[in-house]
Amino acid sequence: MPVKSFREALNEAMRDEMRRDPTVIMLGEDIAGGMGAGGEQDAWGGVLGATKGLMPEFGRERVLDTPITESAFIGAAAGAALTGLRPVAQMMFVDFFGVCGDQIMNQMAKFRYMFGGKAKTPCVVRTLYGAGIGAASQHSQCLYPMITHIPGLKVVIPSSPYEAKGLMTQAIRDDDPVIFFEHNTMFDDKEEVPDEPYTIPFGVARTVREGKDVTIVAFGMMVGHAKTAADQMAKDGIECTVLDPRTTSPLDEDAIIASVKKTGRLIVVDEASPRCGMASDISAIVAEHAFEALKAPIKRVMPPHSPVPFASNLEKAYIPSVDGIKAAISAVMGQS
Amino acid sequence: MKIDKPELLEGYRIMRTIRDFEERVHKEFMTGQIPGFVHLYAGEEASASAICQQLGDQDTVSSTHRGHGHAIAKGCDVKGMMKEIFGRGEGLCGGKGGSMHIADLDVGMLGANGIVGAGSPIACGAALSAKTLKTGGLSVTFIGDGAFNQGTTSESMNLARVYDLPVLFVLEDNGYAESTSSSWSIGGHNPVRRAEGFGIEGTRVDGHDYFAVYRAAEEAIKAIRSGTGPRFIHIEFTRYYGHFEGDASSYKPLDEVKDERRYLDALKFFRARTTGGKMLKTEDLDAIDKEVEALIDASVVEARAAPVPDLSTLTTDVYLSY
Repeated sequence: MPVKSFREALNEAMRDEMRRDPTVIMLGEDIAGGMGAGGEQDAWGGVLGATKGLMPEFGRERVLDTPITESAFIGAAAGAALTGLRPVAQMMFVDFFGVCGDQIMNQMAKFRYMFGGKAKTPCVVRTLYGAGIGAASQHSQCLYPMITHIPGLKVVIPSSPYEAKGLMTQAIRDDDPVIFFEHNTMFDDKEEVPDEPYTIPFGVARTVREGKDVTIVAFGMMVGHAKTAADQMAKDGIECTVLDPRTTSPLDEDAIIASVKKTGRLIVVDEASPRCGMASDISAIVAEHAFEALKAPIKRVMPPHSPVPFASNLEKAYIPSVDGIKAAISAVMGQS
Repeated sequence: MKIDKPELLEGYRIMRTIRDFEERVHKEFMTGQIPGFVHLYAGEEASASAICQQLGDQDTVSSTHRGHGHAIAKGCDVKGMMKEIFGRGEGLCGGKGGSMHIADLDVGMLGANGIVGAGSPIACGAALSAKTLKTGGLSVTFIGDGAFNQGTTSESMNLARVYDLPVLFVLEDNGYAESTSSSWSIGGHNPVRRAEGFGIEGTRVDGHDYFAVYRAAEEAIKAIRSGTGPRFIHIEFTRYYGHFEGDASSYKPLDEVKDERRYLDALKFFRARTTGGKMLKTEDLDAIDKEVEALIDASVVEARAAPVPDLSTLTTDVYLSY
């Protein structure tokens, strides 16, 4: 099977869906690049290159570079979805949710409910997230807990190139609004990805690794960290299950609860800010439904409740680490 | 071109329906039967009527929190609307939207909207659909004078211009955004010039004059359909009731409101002009009045009697699939 990067996997999913369905369009800032300029067209292909090549193939009528007006074009994606298109809008960084939040949380999320079930809003908002590129406080956040909070939205956080392609294909074919999180540092990650299109259903967790002692739930970038930590701890005879829920909404509660009932120990690794985050949410779900199974207190591995810092040493200290996860594993095993 | 007789009668019917609907909602609200907030369109009828009656099924409208008039003019079922406002299960949105979210996609009504300024991006999206799918349709976005100052409106005017989208921006300036005068809040005091700053041709009309609104819309719609991109109309009029039901409008000076129903009434103007000029017969208009009165009466009777939504619908239609 061919090996592809996260970027290539995403690009393939979007390209294949545009070929398959003429109502799929792309909207976003510099998703081709060079609009109205005299130089190279398709100069960028998006800020990290995931849409490169789409404009030359499908034209500017279907791959629309937008002015820097997130409210207008994300709102336009909502309106277009309501009236027959299947738009994929790119909100460059999720930090910009602050400038267009209304169109996501009050409009596209609620059309179907408010309009008595008559509306269908099949749109995808792609967005970059996550620390690790030195982009500091306004280009590094993991705002998926904020967005997961809003009923009517589906929230997807792929953890690898294979996952990215299957989940993006599903996102574009899905008839509900989907917010699709792509980690800033993962675009060059590589793994085997099939050439043909495939979908991965939402709300079904992936068992990355199976072990009898500890359940580790992690999202996006943190899935890899959790697996690394678990592999290393296996050398000491501790066997961890690593679960990647793939989507925070819908959330595969059953898989998490079932796993904790087997292992009796839970660690949640979440790169998002700790207050009201997924780690807290999952801890509450497990405390409610699998309390009797717990052999140790739940551990949450999270960044501090601070903005993402700029300086490399501070940023490194901010991001949950493999060592931090290993320490949590030792702690729940009573070894610290 | 002359506006022909059936078109005039239809325009009057829509205006009368909106007026009676709103007067009746005002009364019913006072009895405590209607939950939440309602924002009434009475006084502004000529705008929704003269514009929407020139639209077809392929055209769409995005509206405001003061959206009953646009919904009626775009063809939403009046009885379904009344039931919705009463919070009934048979309402147009199953009782889950209410006054501020009335919508019917089947007739191109993309929704009233509880967020000031949220409608224009949505209208741009619908216009993008029309352009991409080549339906020949256009989008109208009604904007209040408060929304006119929101960034979303400016962003949308810019987007519509750079993509040459078929959008008609209609500023419905009733003089007050909640309690704040538009003569103060609209910096520069010249909305048409603001639109022109985006390269969008605009015009200003008296919103109590059905004929003036009709002509301005006719010209703008023709231009938009010819493929030249967005247009703008600034309509000035008065709203008879407060910002919401329960607002006493004490911020309006007394001399401004004293004779407004006498001198600033689109329906009265319409009657005087059409019957005085022998375009229409008084009896024809009286007959419409009777029919509308009966329709509104029936809509209230049915809304009162209709069952509230079934509790099982609380969590339906959050998603299409989950």
